Formats: sequence, structure tokens, C-alpha cells
Amino acid sequence: MSVSSIIVSCAPRTLQKLPNITVMNDPVLEVRSLTKRFGSFIAVDSLNFELYPGEILGLLGVNGAGKTTAMSMVLGLITPDSGSIRAFGMDMPARRTQILRRINFCSAYTALPSNLLVWQNLDVFAGLYGVRNKKQRISELLEMFEITSLKNMLTGHLSSGETARVNFCKALLNQPDVLLMDEPTASLDPDIADKVRRIIRQVQQERGMAVLYTSHNMRDVEAVCDRVIFMHKGRILYQGTPTEVAERNSERSLEQLFIRVARSGDVECIPSVTDKDKKETS
Amino acid sequence: MNYEAVLALVRRYVFLYTRSKIRLVELIFWPIVDLMVWGYLTVYLQQQGTGGLPRFITFLIGAMILWDVLFRAQQGVALSFLEDVWTRNVINVFVAPVRTVEYVVATYLVGCLRIALTFSVLSLLALTMYEFSIFSLGIALAPFFANLLLFGWALGMISTALIVRWGPAAESLAWAVPFIIQPFAAVFYPVDVLPPLLQVLARWLPCTHIFEGMRSVLAGHPMPLDNLLWAIGLNASWLAIAGWTFVHMLKVARLRGFLNKFVVA
Repeated sequence: MSVSSIIVSCAPRTLQKLPNITVMNDPVLEVRSLTKRFGSFIAVDSLNFELYPGEILGLLGVNGAGKTTAMSMVLGLITPDSGSIRAFGMDMPARRTQILRRINFCSAYTALPSNLLVWQNLDVFAGLYGVRNKKQRISELLEMFEITSLKNMLTGHLSSGETARVNFCKALLNQPDVLLMDEPTASLDPDIADKVRRIIRQVQQERGMAVLYTSHNMRDVEAVCDRVIFMHKGRILYQGTPTEVAERNSERSLEQLFIRVARSGDVECIPSVTDKDKKETS
Repeated sequence: MNYEAVLALVRRYVFLYTRSKIRLVELIFWPIVDLMVWGYLTVYLQQQGTGGLPRFITFLIGAMILWDVLFRAQQGVALSFLEDVWTRNVINVFVAPVRTVEYVVATYLVGCLRIALTFSVLSLLALTMYEFSIFSLGIALAPFFANLLLFGWALGMISTALIVRWGPAAESLAWAVPFIIQPFAAVFYPVDVLPPLLQVLARWLPCTHIFEGMRSVLAGHPMPLDNLLWAIGLNASWLAIAGWTFVHMLKVARLRGFLNKFVVA
């Protein structure tokens, strides 16, 4: 078996089912032996994973599992103690600015200035990300998220669902190659959450955008993610497709598995299907 | 330097101030109150002193206006960061492709805009209310102004560095830092009235030399070059220290995960 065929067989399933994008086998994000300690507490312990173009990868785990710390290290908000992060073949944080130009981020826990109008906020971030044809891009995004009518409203006067949609517009302004989403649908009603998931899928399929996704909503994860990494105490507990992970652990759903892990306290890291395993199998 | 990013950050504050009348009023309200209190007090003292204090009003009002330049420059830098803290926007800015130097330059420019507004209003009011023209400082006004601006930026950067390190709880430092140095800075009185030990401390502050120089010029003497050179030299040192402090605190914040404190400030 040739090396390229091994790599293709290891690549996430989305890559093989997307007709409109050029299939690239190099990961857009590579995390190697990433470790972060805060005093005696190990937040992230020798974490390894890759994110491929067009893939939606879920980082799951109970509170304190290390998801947000891992994401913060990818974004350059936290400096790792050891290990490396490479995005688009460049080292983070050495090439921080170049990397961040191609990444964007949205979270239910951050906000855009409430005292500016919606278009003003988007205009400022379009400037920060060096977006060309700002007005056109902002109009497209507002239309995509069905919030054109909010353009001239004060951001602080929006409902939580509307605020979240404005945050998504900001996150897609620079047409990112990698989008990091921290609990993105936490404040949304089921209808809007569904719309947002569909838009994310649409953008991912049209542009081959990769997404790193954290959520406590396991149904959300099952609906959106191609692959999941289940973290516990800073380490990878399980990884694979959502169905694989649940079935291998004799659970009907990720939610059942999540509850089992959350209630069991200390859980031994159970080996699961990794990219390395897949290569060996194939 | 990515000027587009700098302009985007500056534009944000322009949007903020043009949208909020209260913020705009806040920029001039306290300086006007100070001008009235100090101005009328000195008018009263002048009347009581039967001409014994001929230049008192010019010293005090000149000092007040120039102090406000320093204070507004410091506030321009520190409050620009705090605006992001208050609106939970810090993380969005820190994960955007903006270099530290671009962020700092944008806050400096915002400081300049704030000062331009306050300085214009105060100068006009001082002229109409007390017949005092800050421009009576002549050519010396430009270097005095520039040095106070530089020192205000340095203090602003130090204030911001402390907030980055200690989180939103340290935001009162944004207001406190200029007033910590004010008693030693010989703003409203000559440095000679301070005890000898405090005089030594005062001479390490660039603004002390500026306020001493201002009084000298208003007393009719030529611009004191030694004061000016001291101020320039000290400002270079203070800016270097402030820059190092800011970069170091940011590094510490990234190492210890302090930036995440701003997520749910």
C-alpha cells in the first residue's frame, strides 16, 4: 500500500465525501505532546491531534478536562510548557500573526462591544483581519445569518441568539481556513442552533474550512462533528467518529458515555482508534 | 506595522465616542470642574493678597491644563484596554492578527484624540473666564506638551500592564497611577517646597521638570533648556521601562493563563 493511500484512508470521512474541495492530506493544525501545568495541576497532558482541511473535530470532556486550555494554546492565549503547535506548516507562537490571519474564533463566553452598532463592530474586525471589500462581505454574512435587519442596531440591545449570530458573522469575516468554536450554541434556542449548525456545515463544505469545536451538548456534537476527541484530566480518553466512540464503549450515545465518565471520577485512559492505529490497520 | 489594524482599532474608539454623548461629556466635565474650582480659588487669593500673588493664577491654571494633558494621555492608553475588558472583548482582540506594537500605537493615537478635545475646550474656557492664554507659554508649549504626552503614555502602558497581570480587579489602577505621582510631580507648587528626600524622588519624574519649566517661562524667563533635556532623557527611560513592563506582563499572562480571566469579566 502506498503512503498516499494510507494517508487518504486515515483522513476524516468528510474529505472523501466533499466534491467541491481539493482534497489535501496535510493537516492544517498539528498538535504534538502539548502539555500545560498550572502549579501542580496538569491541565493538558501530552496532547496529540491533527485537524484536516474540511474536518469538524469535536473536543469533548467534563469541566476541567483541558478543552479550553488546549484551544487557548492553539490561539496563542496561553503559552504551553512543552510540545508544539503547527498551523498551516508554521510554528505557533513564532508565526502568530500570519497564523491568526487564517484562523478565527467564536465563543459563547466572549462578546463584541455592546456600545457599538452591529455594522460598526463588524467593520472594526474586518479591518483587524484585513478583509477586502468590507461592506460587501459584511452584507453577505448578515444575510447568511438572516440578521440584515439588525445592521444598525446597538449590539447590546440584541437578544442572546442575535448576539451569537453576530459573533458568527465576526468569526467568518476573514473566510478562515480554521475556525475554533467554544460552546458556540450554548445560548441559542434549538431553531437558531440548528440554523447555525447548517451554516457551519455549508461553509465547511463550500470552502473546506476546518473546525475545532467544543461543546457540552452531545447531540450537537453528534450532529456536527466528523471526529471527536474525548478528553479527561488533560489527556485523550477516546477518539474516533462519534458513533465509533459511543459503540466501542458500549454506550448508545455520546451523552451516555459523557455521563458515565463524569460520574466515574478516575477513569483509566482506554486505547481507542487513533490515526496511528488506522494507518497500522490499513 | 499593519496600519490597517491600527486604524481599525482607532476607528473603534471614534465610533464609541461619537455614539456615546455621556462619554464625550465625561471627557470635558471633570477638567471644566477643576478649571472652575482652581481658577476661582486663585482669583479669590489674588484679591486677598492685594497683588502679592501676581502670577499665581497663571501658574495654577497653566499647571492644571498641562496636568490634564498628562492625565488624558495616561487615560487614553489605560481606558482603551479597559473598554475591551468591560465589553468582554479582550479575547477577540488578542486572538486577532494584531501585534502588541500595533495595539499600543492605536491606544497612543486614541490618547492624542482625547487630549486634542480636552485641551481645546480648557484653553478656550481659561481664556474667556480668566483671560489666561496657555499659548502665552509661546514656543515652549510644544516641547512641554510633547513631553507630558510621552510620560502619560508611559504611565498608561504601566497601568495596562498591571491590569493584564492582575486582571479586571486591578482596574482602579487606571485612575490611581497618575495621582500616585501627583504629589511628587511639583504640578501646583515648586519642587523646592518638598522635603529633600522627596525632591530626589520628584526629579526622577519627567513631568517635574516640565512643570518647573512652565513656571519659569510664565515668570518671564527664557525656556529652561536643562529642564527640557532632563525631561526628554527621563521620558526615554520611562518609555523603555513601560514597554518592557507591558511586554513582560503579557508574557507572564500568557504563561500563567491570566488572559482567560477576561473571558467572563
